[in-house]
Amino acid sequence: MQVLINGVTMTIPIDTNTVVQLLEHLKLNKELAIVEVNQVILQPEERDNTPIKEQDKIEIVQFVGGG
Amino acid sequence: MLTIGPYTFQSRLLLGTGKFADFDTQKQAVAVSETEILTFAVRRMNIFEPTQPNFLEKIDVSSYTLLPNTAGAKTAEEAVRIAQLAKASGLCDMIKVEIIGCDKTLLPDPVETLKATELLLAEGFIVLPYTSDDVLLAKRLQDLGCHAIMPGASPIGSGLGILNPVQLSFIIEQAQVPVIVDAGIGCATDAAQAMELGADAVLLNTAVAGAHNPVKMASAMKHAIIAGRESFEAGRIAKKRYATASSPMEGMSL
Repeated sequence: MQVLINGVTMTIPIDTNTVVQLLEHLKLNKELAIVEVNQVILQPEERDNTPIKEQDKIEIVQFVGGG
Repeated sequence: MLTIGPYTFQSRLLLGTGKFADFDTQKQAVAVSETEILTFAVRRMNIFEPTQPNFLEKIDVSSYTLLPNTAGAKTAEEAVRIAQLAKASGLCDMIKVEIIGCDKTLLPDPVETLKATELLLAEGFIVLPYTSDDVLLAKRLQDLGCHAIMPGASPIGSGLGILNPVQLSFIIEQAQVPVIVDAGIGCATDAAQAMELGADAVLLNTAVAGAHNPVKMASAMKHAIIAGRESFEAGRIAKKRYATASSPMEGMSL
């Protein structure tokens, strides 16, 4: 299925059903990732169950060094 | 003791986490500074790089209060979104409102800063707006209920120190909430001066990260802030034009 992640169109496995599965697929640090799906910001406890669908627009951000 | 909203701190030094050459140096600098508040920015993860290192993995996060900023935002709406993303980390509820209105000077946009502060307070954030050193703006932010005011000493990363100490002292005199001098600090003298003016704390980043020896400068900043605060509390002598002898005039054997 095709989704837009951080502005990049990506094809991800069809069995990537939830946000947490997407993070695992991308091998990203789940503790650090902050996720927004279709402009809805997810609280940490919502990641596991929030579904991913075709054409979803996903933002994955984190804390980085800054002043 | 520094109190910001519901939080209290022993240290009056807030340290930024940008621009350090490497994590080991940064970790040492943070430890030596004895800061309790670390600032961060919020940025996209590199989705093609699973092993990207992050400073948060190098420290015991529970030992620090994290203060994310809204840097990158140019409008109140963008700042609110970044603040909401930061809060969704589950790591903090404080936010440094930073809305830059000019790419060359990196000076904050006062109108958008005021708007964002109001919106974020309504959402229950602990709000620390980065502002220019304008006393009326500081008052307006305070009237909204912000938890601290963070006037810049001089442009971000410039190291120019406190360009307008009089203006800064006006802000401090009228403040009902902590005043944290943020941006433009270049060396320990600048940090001490901010504290001697009566600031409650200092936030700095480049002065340490960009120093020839960041760990030593972190130590210098810690001492300067303690010294500046003690000097302020002790109360300096009045300045006068001519000398007054320190030694008694009586009993001289001449």
